[in-house]
Amino acid sequence: MTTPPLKDWPLWEVFVRSKQGLEHKHCGSLHAADARQALHLARDVYTRRQEGVSIWVVPSAAITASNPDDKAELFDPAADKIYRHPSFYDIPDDVGHM
Amino acid sequence: MYTQAMDVPDGSNPAASAPDSGSPQQRAHFDATIAADGRIEPQDWMPEAYRQTLLRQISQHANSEIVGMLPEGNWISRAPSLKRKAILIAKVQDEGGHGLYLYGAAETLGTSRADMIAALHSGRAKYSSIFNYPALSWADVGVIGWLVDGAAIMNQIPLCRCSYGPYARAMIRICKEESFHQRQGFDALLAMMRGTPAQQAMVQDAVNRWWWKCLAMFGPPDADSEHSAQSMRWGIKRIGNDELRQQFIDATVPQAEVLGVTLPDPELKWNAERSHYDHGAIDWEEFRSTLAGYGPCNRERLATRVAAHENGRWVREAALAHARKQQQRNTEDAS
Ligand SMILES: [Fe+2]
Ligand SMILES: [Fe+2]
Repeated sequence: MTTPPLKDWPLWEVFVRSKQGLEHKHCGSLHAADARQALHLARDVYTRRQEGVSIWVVPSAAITASNPDDKAELFDPAADKIYRHPSFYDIPDDVGHM
Repeated sequence: MYTQAMDVPDGSNPAASAPDSGSPQQRAHFDATIAADGRIEPQDWMPEAYRQTLLRQISQHANSEIVGMLPEGNWISRAPSLKRKAILIAKVQDEGGHGLYLYGAAETLGTSRADMIAALHSGRAKYSSIFNYPALSWADVGVIGWLVDGAAIMNQIPLCRCSYGPYARAMIRICKEESFHQRQGFDALLAMMRGTPAQQAMVQDAVNRWWWKCLAMFGPPDADSEHSAQSMRWGIKRIGNDELRQQFIDATVPQAEVLGVTLPDPELKWNAERSHYDHGAIDWEEFRSTLAGYGPCNRERLATRVAAHENGRWVREAALAHARKQQQRNTEDAS
């Protein structure tokens, strides 16, 4: 079996959850040989100051991203649906907080 | 840290060459985003010259972070106490992390970290000239934290608002970590200044050797920097070299007074009319020659970097071989 010459280790995206109850948040990427090593390195690089209580690593190649050229098509239709926001509705003051 | 003259030419001149493939709509979109102070993201179309400029600046910045580990790294085994040793290890480790964030940001522009490291090791790519000076005594370690990291922070804060999203995000993370770097340096110097006359003299000696080099970190005067002007138009650079340098001097003079050291510039004095400190002329010839490779430690730094990389090769290869074997075993088990 021939292996391709080593360049960089594969790229991983790192997600860290900072506290119980919050969601994991993307915080950066790193190179690692495998998932276990990626977790290990992510701990060293991204949580040296107690930034997290949980880490996810995902191979960057596994992420499917929306195409920036489709931005208008995907996101603009939401712009005129202002009735989806609470501020659209005028509620009389006597009702109090709603 | 460490972006100094990060618009230092390296032979290529992206602004002048670089053909563009973009359509008029793509170009208009880019211009509008820049004009509205928006952020350009990796998948967005961008002019080739913008991409090349960023690639050069971010990779030089990343190179500076990891070369910057070397002068202080030399002192880890000689730190005067366990406390100072632990602090120094933490700082040097941070700089390695900064290099990682920045190489990651540069990779989004379509290059690989391996290529950037190769360019650094071959001498093709630049890094901050400040690391080509030796750290001769323990006081140098304190002065590097106080002045070198201090100057770097001045430079880096405006980069948090850089028009290229991945670079701006990396800088936000880096700036959060940097403030401890400067404070630990000042704290180490304060301890020495409260010590013996010999310790105080060491601090003064280190300040004398580093002060002018730190002023040069902000890069040549704006008037001499065509790159600088283009970077300002693109929102890569937000504040000019001279203004940042002035900010640094104004912030540092009172700190030096608290410390009880003299900054080695007889022309340094408060100008009430400008509400700034005036300062003497910087030796740009010396700066350029160090950048060109003729500083006292250029060879040593690069040789240490290359040796570290080569000595770690077997680890990188073994980890990959292990990962492949593991994967193979998993597919065999599954079939
Ligand atoms: Fe740094
Ligand atoms: Fe630093």
